[in-house]
Amino acid sequence: MSTPIALPRELGQSAYARANPLARLAPAAALGLLNVFTLDPVTPLLTLLVVACAVPFMGLSWQSVARVSWPLAAAAVTLVFVNTLADPAPGIGWEDARAGGVTAVRLLAIALPGVLALATIDPVDLTDALVQQLRVPARFGYGALAASRLFPLLTEDWRSQGMAARARGVSARGVVGRVRNLFRRVLLLLVAALRRATRLAVALDARGFAQADRSRSRPSAWTASDAAWCIGGLLAALAVVAVSVLSGYWRLIWTP
Amino acid sequence: MTTPAVVLDGFGYRPANARRWAVRDIDLSIAHGETLLLLGASGSGKSTILRAIAGLLDAGGEVAGSVEVHRAPPGAAPRPTGLLMQDPDAGLVLSRAGEEVAFGPQNAGLPQDQIDRRVDEALAAVGFPYGREHPVAALSGGERQRLALAGALAMRPDVLLLDEPTSMLDPRGAHLIRDAVERAVSRTGCTVVIVEHNTDIWRDLVDRVVVLGADGVVADGTLSEVSASPAARDTWLVDAVRPSTASHHIGERLLVANHVAYRYKGQQQLALRDVDVDLRAASALAIVGDNGSGKSTLTRVLGGLAQPTCGSVSATPALINGGRLGAEPHRWRATALAGRIGSVFQNPEHSFLTDTVRDELAVGPRALGHSDSKVHAVVDELLTRLRLDEMADQNPFTLSGGEQRRLSVGAAIATAPRVLVLDEPTFGQDPSTWHELAEMVLGLRGQGAAIAVATHDRRFVDAVADQHLHLTSERE
Repeated sequence: MSTPIALPRELGQSAYARANPLARLAPAAALGLLNVFTLDPVTPLLTLLVVACAVPFMGLSWQSVARVSWPLAAAAVTLVFVNTLADPAPGIGWEDARAGGVTAVRLLAIALPGVLALATIDPVDLTDALVQQLRVPARFGYGALAASRLFPLLTEDWRSQGMAARARGVSARGVVGRVRNLFRRVLLLLVAALRRATRLAVALDARGFAQADRSRSRPSAWTASDAAWCIGGLLAALAVVAVSVLSGYWRLIWTP
Repeated sequence: MTTPAVVLDGFGYRPANARRWAVRDIDLSIAHGETLLLLGASGSGKSTILRAIAGLLDAGGEVAGSVEVHRAPPGAAPRPTGLLMQDPDAGLVLSRAGEEVAFGPQNAGLPQDQIDRRVDEALAAVGFPYGREHPVAALSGGERQRLALAGALAMRPDVLLLDEPTSMLDPRGAHLIRDAVERAVSRTGCTVVIVEHNTDIWRDLVDRVVVLGADGVVADGTLSEVSASPAARDTWLVDAVRPSTASHHIGERLLVANHVAYRYKGQQQLALRDVDVDLRAASALAIVGDNGSGKSTLTRVLGGLAQPTCGSVSATPALINGGRLGAEPHRWRATALAGRIGSVFQNPEHSFLTDTVRDELAVGPRALGHSDSKVHAVVDELLTRLRLDEMADQNPFTLSGGEQRRLSVGAAIATAPRVLVLDEPTFGQDPSTWHELAEMVLGLRGQGAAIAVATHDRRFVDAVADQHLHLTSERE
C-alpha cells in the first residue's frame, strides 16, 4: 500500500516531518529541476552532497535511504555500463565511461531529492495540501488518491494472469512469442483496471463524492517555517549553482 | 399508511451499448423502515436496481419508468442513501480508518465536530476493534468490509443498500456484518435492501422477500410465503441440496504435500504453515478455514503455480504418468503442468486469456500441441456440456457471472488434468450455477479425478467432498 516509508516512528517530530508536504517537496523540486537544465558533472555531484547532508535533518535513516534509492542506483550503474560497452569501437573508451558516469549522476541528482522527500510524505497529507494550498480540484485530487490505492491490486492482477496462463499450458517461446504475449497481457490488464476503476467510481459517488462543498477534516496548514523550508531549498540550489559556476564546469543544456 | 421510502414504477434500464435490458417492468414499493431481501438468478438485474435507488446508474443508458426515493429522484433525495458493495477493496479511499469513515460526511460538507461524532458512532456500530488511526492496509477482508459499512452508516443513510455484502467473507465475518446491520436498523430505523445469494444469515432480519425473474417481480411476501411459492425454487430459501451419498472407491495417490509452508515476498508472517495434503484419484478434498488462513495460497501451491517456502509438494508416478518430469509440479514446464493439474481461480475474470469463449476453451489443448480436429472436438464437446454454445463467439468479459464461472472450469478441464484445484468456485453464484458446479465436480470425481476445493461454502463441502482439511490462521 502507498503508506510512506519512514513515517511515523522514524521521522518522529523533526521540524521537517512537521512541515507541510508541499514545503517538504519544494527544496527537492528546486534541486531536481536545477539538474534537468545542466549538463556538467559538478552540479549533480554537489546536489548529491547537499542531499547527503540533508538526510539527517529529514529524519531518514540511511537504511531507509538505501531501501528507496536502490532501483535508482541500479539504473545509474546500468547507464554507465551500457554507455561504456555499447560503443562499436573496439576496447573500452574512457570518454564513453565518462559520458555514462555524467548521465548516471545526473539521473540520481534529478530523481533522488524527490524520491527521498516523497518517502517521508503520507499520500493523504499530500493530497490535502494539494487541494487546500494549491487549489487542485478536490474531485481530481481525492480521485487520484483513491486510484493510487489500486496500484498494488494491479500487480496482483498481473500475477494471477501469469498463473492462469501457466496453469493452462501457455508459455511464451522466442522473442516474437514473448513480445506478443506481453502485448496481450498488458491489454488484459487494462481491461481489468478499467473494471476496477468503474467500481471505484461508483463507490466514491455512493458516498456523495460528486458534491462540491466538501468540508475539511484535516486542515492543511501553511506556516512561516514552511516558507523557510522553501527558501532554504532555493538557497541550497543557488549555492550549488554558485559553486558550480566558480569551478568553471557549469554548463546549461542550451549552451553549445 | 405512511409514504413508502422507495417506489419503482415500471422501471427498466438498458446500459449504453447493450442490446438487452438489464432489468424491465419492475413495480416495487418499499415501506419506510422495511428490511427487504431481493433475490433472483444472476443477471436478473438486482444490482442494477440497487444502483438505481442510489442514483448511481450510468447516465449513458436508457431508463424506462421511474424511481423515487422519498418522492424525489434518487440523486436529489432529501436524505442520503448508503451503498455497500461486494468487494471492500473497491471502495476504500484513505489510509487511516477514521479518515475513511469521515470521507462521506466530509463530502456532505458537515462541520468538524459533527464529523467526529459520526465517525465514532459508525465505528462503534460495526464493532470496529481498532482506533481511528489504524491503517486500512493492515485490516483483514472482513474488517475492511465492516469499515466500508461504517463509511456508509456515517452518512446516516435513510435507505441502506447492501449488494452481496458477505459473499466474500468467511462465516464469522459474515455474521459480524449481519450483526452490524441489525444494530444500525434497530437504532436508526432505516430502510434496508439486501441482495445476497446466501439468504440464511439474513433470515431473522428480513420483513419481506422479493424474487426477480425474467419478467420482473415473480414473488413478493414474507419469508415463509415466498419460501412456499414456486419462485423459491431458484433461490436458497429452499434447501434443495442432496449431499452425495453414493459410496465410491477412492483411488491411488496422485499428489502429496508434506509440511508445506508459504511466505509471500516481503511479508514477515507465513501465509500458510505446516500443511499435509494427500490427494487421491476419485476423491474430493475440501479445504476450509477463515479468511487469511491460507486457503487460496494452498490452492496455488498444489496447482504447481507457487513454490512452497518450506516442505514439498510432489506428484506420484501415477500422476507423472511416463513423462520425464521431476516430482515437484512448480518446476514443470507449463504444458506438462496443464496436462496434469488444472486450476480454477477465485475470480474468473482474472483467468481469461483470449477474446472469445471458443478460444478460451481451446487455449489449453492448443498449448499441448493437439491437432486442430482434436481441439475442435474437445471445444465443441465442452461448449455443449457447459451450455455455452450460444455464446461461443462472445467475449468472456460480456458473460454473466454464472457463465464466466462455467467457462473458467471448462477451460481448466479442457486438457483433461487428473488433478483439479478450485479456489472458491461458488462465490456469488446463484443456485442453478451452484448445482451445475456440484454436478460437474461430482462427475469429474466419478471419472477418477482428484479434486481439491478451497471454500467457505458449507453446502458445497457437504455436497461434493469426501475428505476435509481445516486451516487455522495466526491472526485474530
